[in-house]
Amino acid sequence: MLNFTLRRLMFTIPTLLLISFIIFIVLDLAPNDPTGNLPLTIPPEVRAKIRASLGLDAPMYIRYLLWCQQFFINEPLNLMNEWFGWCIGDCENRLRVSSWATRSPVVDLIAERMPQTLWVVGMSYVVGIMIALPIGVISAYKQYSWFDQAGTFVAMVGFSVPTFFTGVLLIVIFSVWMPNDSIFWLPSIYDTTHEVTDWSSFVFQIRQIAMPVMVLALYNAAQISRFMRASMLDNLSQDYVRTARAKGLREKSVLLVHVLRNSMIPVVTVIALGIPQVFGGAIITEQIFKVNGLGQLLIIGIEGADIPLVQTLTFLFAVLIVMFNLVADVLYGLLDPRIRYD
Amino acid sequence: MTLKYLVAGTLGAAMLSTTALADAHMAQGRDGNVNIIYWQAASIMNPYLSGGTKDLNASSMVIEPLAHYDETGAMVPTLVDEIPTVGNGGVSADLTSITWKLSEGLVWSDGSAVTSADVVFTANYCMDETGGCQQLAKFGDVESVEALDDLTVKITFTGPKPFPYGPFVGSTTPILQAAQFADCMGIAAPTCTDQNFGPIGTGPFTVTEFRANDAITLAANENYRDPSKPAFATVNFKGGGDAAAAGRAVLETGEFDYAWNLQLAPEILADMEAKGVGTVHSSFGPLVERLMINLTNPSAELGDERSTVAHPHPFMTDMAVRQALSMAIDRPLLVEIGYGQAGKVTCNVLPAPAIYDSPNNAGCEVQDIAGANALLDAAGWVMGADGVRAKDGVRLSILYQTSTNAVRQDFQALIKQWWSEIGVETELKNISGGVFFGGDQSSPDTFQKLFADLEMYANNFDGTDPEAYMGSWACDKIPSPENAWLGRNMPRHCDPAYDALVAEMAGTADLNERARLAIAMNDMLMQSYTIIPLVHRGNVSGVVNTLEGVRLNAWDSELWNIADWSRAE
Repeated sequence: MLNFTLRRLMFTIPTLLLISFIIFIVLDLAPNDPTGNLPLTIPPEVRAKIRASLGLDAPMYIRYLLWCQQFFINEPLNLMNEWFGWCIGDCENRLRVSSWATRSPVVDLIAERMPQTLWVVGMSYVVGIMIALPIGVISAYKQYSWFDQAGTFVAMVGFSVPTFFTGVLLIVIFSVWMPNDSIFWLPSIYDTTHEVTDWSSFVFQIRQIAMPVMVLALYNAAQISRFMRASMLDNLSQDYVRTARAKGLREKSVLLVHVLRNSMIPVVTVIALGIPQVFGGAIITEQIFKVNGLGQLLIIGIEGADIPLVQTLTFLFAVLIVMFNLVADVLYGLLDPRIRYD
Repeated sequence: MTLKYLVAGTLGAAMLSTTALADAHMAQGRDGNVNIIYWQAASIMNPYLSGGTKDLNASSMVIEPLAHYDETGAMVPTLVDEIPTVGNGGVSADLTSITWKLSEGLVWSDGSAVTSADVVFTANYCMDETGGCQQLAKFGDVESVEALDDLTVKITFTGPKPFPYGPFVGSTTPILQAAQFADCMGIAAPTCTDQNFGPIGTGPFTVTEFRANDAITLAANENYRDPSKPAFATVNFKGGGDAAAAGRAVLETGEFDYAWNLQLAPEILADMEAKGVGTVHSSFGPLVERLMINLTNPSAELGDERSTVAHPHPFMTDMAVRQALSMAIDRPLLVEIGYGQAGKVTCNVLPAPAIYDSPNNAGCEVQDIAGANALLDAAGWVMGADGVRAKDGVRLSILYQTSTNAVRQDFQALIKQWWSEIGVETELKNISGGVFFGGDQSSPDTFQKLFADLEMYANNFDGTDPEAYMGSWACDKIPSPENAWLGRNMPRHCDPAYDALVAEMAGTADLNERARLAIAMNDMLMQSYTIIPLVHRGNVSGVVNTLEGVRLNAWDSELWNIADWSRAE
């Protein structure tokens, strides 16, 4: 197992380098211009100077190598300096990966966005899982009952109705129609500067994340509940379940100890594979509720042709996806003793 | 308030005590917090590093220029006592220099004095070749900026400058504090994150927290020159979402007090306003949505010479065709469908400020399909069996391009329909704004290359002086491969008489005479149908009913007078 993990880890290095290069080429070939969104009152000669000051006049491979140096060497050194105070080399004037639009280090921007993304998208994932698992279990155990039919309906709705519809619908109901002084009134705009310090500020935080979390949780729950149901159904018809019942085990332990545990194996992998999406943010939902997390950062970067920002963000998403694939594989082996990689 | 001052004014001696009384009631920060939403979030607080309107407006709450433009386009002194003119000796008689005198006793928000050295530093900061300053055009003809004494700055131009109010007038070129930005010159400019996110200024507010592309928190500047202002103690400047959500937050839920740039379908905006929570304000600058005719041949067969002056256009060079295209358009309908309160019909490419608005082109607001058909018939364009006119084997078939934007695509569809009624076949094309307006040399789809028969977009100019704007249709401003497609003369319009007017305006200081020249240039372009104006577009913002003092300004930052905003009782 350890050997397998190490081998896979070694293999991720060339994979990720290749991914970073492909992302860079795609971004470079895309017809886009960081000065394209500036007002037309800025004359073309000035635009040419702005592009030169961003380093865009250098050849492609030079810019790629520069990004590699900034990202793989300078940024880790800077992190060490900030966390542990170790100063290696010229730590005062080290060139970091900087966004073109904000002229500030990309890694700092990402760190600033992380809390609201984890609050909203992370919470919605947790809520989604907590809703999905019981629904999946009961739906499978009482297959074709009214509960199963209702669960299937909700899952279909959650899966097929886009978040830009459910999001705006909730805003219209809870922000526009609901009177402002009602306890059910919810803010339609997320305040990222809000800090939780006491009970009332915590209540406010709950209120402002309520709508985006519910919208995303519905979507997540729809997917996971179907996986859970299918996996339970597979196991319920197995011989060992009949054996357990024949031995006289109570139905509760048959279902929750034997069947559930075995059914969880594929579901856990699905959940692990979904975690990178949490960090990727939810582009549409973040936009609707003005959560301004990582998804919104990526979209703004793409619109403004902010190549260092887009490059770094997409690369970090790639790292997370590769890593959680590995985690899922390892978890599979741990949960199911029959699976061995060596 | 007005009444109170009127009474005070007539009583003379009573005035002092009345204002003193007023001051006691009017302490800074008495109205708490104001919430502003910009659906495009601000990225940086330094307009020299970002020309984006959102960034400019955000920074205008903190850093200020020497003078602002008010909502009528007139200059108002900000950090000076009076605007220099030739009359008061501030502008030299030969028009080559302007001398500004800072007001006495001005301080930065950190308490240190504002001096002429700060102004000189700001000019050098922007004029540094390696800094990539986005407002460089404002300093175009500046030869030197020098401090004559602690409060006096002299700007010398390379030649006579009839309108010397480029640098340091309007929010695009505010004064930076030399002490704060000293280490940020040239290539170091982008590395100064702290300075660029939290500049020290003279404006009514100071930055307390800046979250790039997200939200900015500001607090009243305790050292602001008027101790009774601003009325608000804090500002929450939120960014993100879209125009509809921003409009909803102000006009429907009332969560926010002010929403910028509500570019929405007119009926949606009217529905929101009908809720009665807030109102929509609009203001008109010089922004005009127009069609630019390509007078050169864009045919791909010409290779590197397509859309260059070497090859005249096969039919757009015929004025009858251009005039017929203009006559077939129903401009009032375009305004109604696309812009509502945010648009007006215009027959001029230069509709504002009012003194430059030509009275000579009225009549374009009436659609005249029959007249257009008659005109084409007379010019020898014969309607073919397929409904498309032709002459000598040349068919009136047009490629019409613009940027991707819902309103523009509606316009394209309508105009295509009207043109089909006069026997003109139209192929539509839309290009993502980032590509269309971007200067990517490798892309064939930029608005400068104009590899199409005509294109539609909106343009305007900064400030109130149209000299450079009208000059952009001179012969030497034609984009071509030789000048790397730089230049804004999209129609490839070249007329020695026009160039003569441009040269004359560059040497004329008298405002009325300048207006006469600008109108003459506008009329040449309009009456030759080289540029076909469609809609005079305005800015639209939403203001909640409890917010007072908003004077929407198309000539400067929308937040230019935020110091005067207050909460209605």
